Order: sequence, then structure tokens, then C-alpha cells
Amino acid sequence: MKVGGSLSIWFFIGISLAVNGAVIFGTGIYELLHPPEHQVVLYNLHANVWWGGILLALGLFFSLRFSPARERARLASNS
Amino acid sequence: MNPALAMLNVPTLVHLSPVDLVIIVFYFALVLAIGLYLKEQANTGEDFFMAGREMTAWVAGLAFLSANLGSLELMGWAGNAYKYGILAAHWYWIGAIPAMLFLALVMMPFYHICKTHSVPGYLKLRFGSGAQALSSISFAFMTVLMSGINMYAMAVVMRVVLGWDINVSILISSVTVMIYVALGGLRSAIFNEVLQFFLIWAGALLIPILGLIEAGGWTGLKAKILQNLTELHVANPGAYTHAWSTLGSFTDNPMGINWVGIVFGLGAVISMGYWTTDFLVVQRVLSAKDLRSAKLAPIIGAAFKMMVPFIVILPGLLGLALLRDPHTGSLLRLVPADLAWSKAGQAQGLHGYDEVLPLMLARYCGPGLLGLGITALIAGFMSGMAGNVSAFTTVWTYDIYGALINKNASDESKVRMGRWCTVIGVIISIGTAYLVMNAQSIMDYVQELFSFFIAPLFGTVILGMLWKRATPAAGFWGLFAGTLSSVGMYSWVKLDPSAVKYVALSSHAQDQAQNMFRALWCWLVCVIVTVVVSLVTKPKPDSELADLVYGLTPIPHEEKVSMFHSPVFWGVVVAIAFVILQIIFW
Repeated sequence: MKVGGSLSIWFFIGISLAVNGAVIFGTGIYELLHPPEHQVVLYNLHANVWWGGILLALGLFFSLRFSPARERARLASNS
Repeated sequence: MNPALAMLNVPTLVHLSPVDLVIIVFYFALVLAIGLYLKEQANTGEDFFMAGREMTAWVAGLAFLSANLGSLELMGWAGNAYKYGILAAHWYWIGAIPAMLFLALVMMPFYHICKTHSVPGYLKLRFGSGAQALSSISFAFMTVLMSGINMYAMAVVMRVVLGWDINVSILISSVTVMIYVALGGLRSAIFNEVLQFFLIWAGALLIPILGLIEAGGWTGLKAKILQNLTELHVANPGAYTHAWSTLGSFTDNPMGINWVGIVFGLGAVISMGYWTTDFLVVQRVLSAKDLRSAKLAPIIGAAFKMMVPFIVILPGLLGLALLRDPHTGSLLRLVPADLAWSKAGQAQGLHGYDEVLPLMLARYCGPGLLGLGITALIAGFMSGMAGNVSAFTTVWTYDIYGALINKNASDESKVRMGRWCTVIGVIISIGTAYLVMNAQSIMDYVQELFSFFIAPLFGTVILGMLWKRATPAAGFWGLFAGTLSSVGMYSWVKLDPSAVKYVALSSHAQDQAQNMFRALWCWLVCVIVTVVVSLVTKPKPDSELADLVYGLTPIPHEEKVSMFHSPVFWGVVVAIAFVILQIIFW
């Protein structure tokens, strides 16, 4: 589903997940290197590292799969 | 002391770091960017109010669900799960799935074929302008009031959880919604709802995952709840983790309800009324590009709706099992909001039921994840508010302005009216939020009022669709009598609380149980009055009912598709999954 022009709603979702994932993943890595004084419950599982990583990977997949260039190419081949 | 004022001195539950703020600010920037980008796509009435009727099944289906996933829904039902146990999951299972499948497979063809812009619009085609005026005015009025109440409640939560100023929360979130809906209309609302759907899951899913790890899986969770509630001397502690086995009697479960109320009051009337006739959600499905997409959209919504208890009900149950006072180490017992937010409650450091989700969020989520969790709550609020505002705008423009005030309005003037309505709707909502801030009891009354209209409306619409003998006079009087009986029963119990044993069949009935039975009775009143009046008044000729009523509506031949693209196939899959869930959590 196009948002307009050659941008898909799934592209926006990809960007959102990728940016959030990158920020959370980066924060997780920083906390691994510099453990905080006040730790959340189950801190030892380092949820921000793997959850941030999952969001980043999903976000990159959506962003690339529905990138404007790829969508333009697909539209051109359909027309 | 007014609870709202008392809360201004409440210590906050969590503290955001700069990383969390980056995530929240990025979210606001993105939703505004989508609204700006879509401005050029909303020039005609069909574009602005119906998103051009070109949504795919996935987009319409996720928006259909997201418009219902408000932050109050998330926090309120997590709180209800803490209060009532897994019985709260019925609002996501039998209180949603059968109705969504019924909408998809039975009602959608009529809505889609008659090309109505709204549910009141269907009533006009089927029963005439009397029923349309009654339902559109009540819907428009209640929608903006509910929007304001949700706005206030969200601002209060932001105050309690984050320490944010109530005025700033109200202004920033409502003005953002106003801008992106006024610019891009329903298309903008829908696309942002899909984005918000993903953010809600991304922000909330980690709580049940980590909670189950800490509790030792579902078996460990059940054992901990049983142990904790036994320690607190709670009656029937085992009932908190069984969805059906305690519904044989009113006194065996924490809600004070039996299976008749759940199956018929909730499953057959309230949920059918909400999911099939509340224009806030139905509008999303009406925007689907073709009949197959329109039928698939509610089925996709139903599949995800079944899973929502994982991010809403489970955190409530985890709160029962795991939350302990950080200072004493003893069990933390959450209490009703009015007690928690009273001066005495604050002095004792009490927390309300609705705070269970933010408490669990603060328990597991450090910097970054916390920002995403808070973004999920904000996204929930904004998707709900955008749903209210866009539905109000459409009903006002087509069913009140276009039908009663200016019958010759051009398409261009309707779009202009729609944009102004969005602004005015948000301003009225803000006004309602401040009204509620100064008179808290209004909130309870308006929320009850909203439920008065849904059940009888379902009676009117379903008889209109399935029974060609139903007459225009019967449509109006049935709806009117059903609504009046609901208000009457509510007032009766308010004036004489002992009347609950007649209305809800048990003096043990809690608020939710009363709502279920009141809905059931007022739906029956609506149906009986509609049938009786129909039998003594003149029906419309068949020629005027084409495309509106079962038996007189040729369903267009759907394209030949494989089994995996068939709405019926996926409807059966969802129904089987629904039954399996009931057996697992019996």
C-alpha cells in the first residue's frame, strides 16, 4: 500500500523499527561495557541488546524490502 | 481533596533518560511527517473520509484493531487482569473474535455493497432519517466526549508515571493528532494506526517474555499467584487463572458473573454491538479496496486480537505473582484508583490497579526500552484519539451537516468541513478533558453512557440487514426504546443499589457483570419493540431494499482465489485457534 508517490507505509514502519532498534541496541552495548548502578530486574539477560537487535534487523528488512527505489522499480515493471 | 489535585504531589514511577526522550521525540516527528506527506492525497470526500477506499486487507485490518488499542485499553485491561484474573481475557476472546468473524463474513457485504460512508448512513438507507439522526447525533456527541476523557486519563497517567505536566501532555498529544488527521484525513489516521500497532507490540511484548522467564513459565506463574492470593486470604484464588471453569456460579469468581453474562451479554450483544456497529472501528474496514479485502480485514484483526492478552492480560497476572514492595519485600497489593490517589493512599505509597503495566515496565526496562514502552502507551492513546476524531468528522459531515443542515453541500465543501471538524473535535475534546479534571464523576457517567447506545444499535442494524419486514418506524422506535431502557436500568441501580439483583440476576454482580446484563436486556427490548412495531406498520417495498437486506442483495461474485486467499478459510482457522485457546485456559 502506497503512502503516496513511491513511499510505502511499510517503509515508514521499517525506518521506525530500525531507528528505535539501533538506539536500544546501542544503549545495551554501552550498558554491557559500563554496567549501571541501579539495574532493572533480569538485567543479566541484557534484553536491550537482543531486543534492540531484533527490532533493528526487522526494521532494516522492511526498509530495504519496501525502499523507494525498489518500489519505483516494481511499479515500472508492472506498468 | 480532588484526586486530580492530589496526584500533583505523587512521586513518579519511572524516570526517563535522554535516550528514552530521543525515542519519544522521534515518534512524534515520524507521525507528523506521515501526515504532511499525505496532505496531497486527501483532496476529495472519498479520499479524506474513506481513504479513497483503496486500503489493502492488511492495512485496513491492522488499523481496525489499532483504533481499539488505546492506551487506556492497554493499562485498563492490564489493571482488570490484576483485579479479576484471566476472566479479563474474555474481552479479547469471546468478547471480540466471534463478533469480528461475524462482521467479516456476514455483515461486511452489506456495508460494502451499499457504499455507505458510515453506520448511521446505512441506517438512513435502511430505515430513513429518523434512525440516522438518533444514532449520528448520539454517536458524534459521545465520541468527542470519550476522546476528551481518554485524553485526560492519558495525561493523568503520564503525570503519575513520568511526572509530566498534565497541560503539556494534553496539548502536545492532541495537537499532534489534530495536525496529522486534518492534513491527511482517514488515510493519515489509518497509516499512523498501522505504525502505532507495530510500536505498541515492540514496546509491550518484552514485559510478558521477561515476566514468564522470571516466574518460571505459565506453570510457575499459576503457582505463584495461588501462593500469593492464599497468603492474602483472597477467596477462590484458583479462579484467577481459569477462564471458564469458575463461571458456573456468580460466587465462584472475582467478577461476580456467570457464563450466561459472559456468553450472551458480552459475546452475543456487547461485542457484536461494538465490533459490528461502532463506526470508530467499522470505518477502517469500509476503507478496504474491494469486498475480499473488506472481509479479510476483520479476520486479520481477529487473529491479532486473540494475541493481545499476551501483552495486556499476562502483565496483569504477572503483577499478581511478582510485584513486591521494594522496601519491605512483602507482597505489593494494588488497590482501586480512587483509594490509591487519595491523600491517605499517597501517604501509604499505594498504587492503583491501572498502574500495573507501568510498574511492570519499570521493573524490566532500562534506558531505551523504557522509552519504547512509554512510546507504546502514547501511540496507543494517539491511535485511539485519531480513531475518535476521524469517525466524528465523518459522521458529523455526512450524517448531520450533509443530511440535516446543508443537503446540497458540494464535495469540496465537505472536505473543508471535515478539516474544520477535526480541529473543532479536538478542541471540544480538550474542553471535555478539562471539564473532567474539575468534576471527576463525569468520567464514570460518560463511560457508562457510551455503553447505552451500542447494544440497541446492534439490534437495529442486525434486524435491518437480516429481516426485510423491519419497517422504518420500527427502526427508530426500537433503537429509541432500547436506549431508553438501558438508561432506565442504569438509573434504577444508581438510585437503588439493591436493584442489581434484578438487573444482573445477582447481588454479587460487579460493575462489569452489570454492564453485561444491562446490555443483554436493552438489546432484547430493542429487538422486541422493532419486531412488534414492524408487524403493525407498513414495510418498505422490496425495490427500495435492494443492496441493503439479506435476500435482496446479490453478493458480487468474488474472483476465483486459492484457498489461502479465501476469507472463509482464514475465518475457520481463526475460529479453531479461538476454541483451542478456550480449552487451554479453561
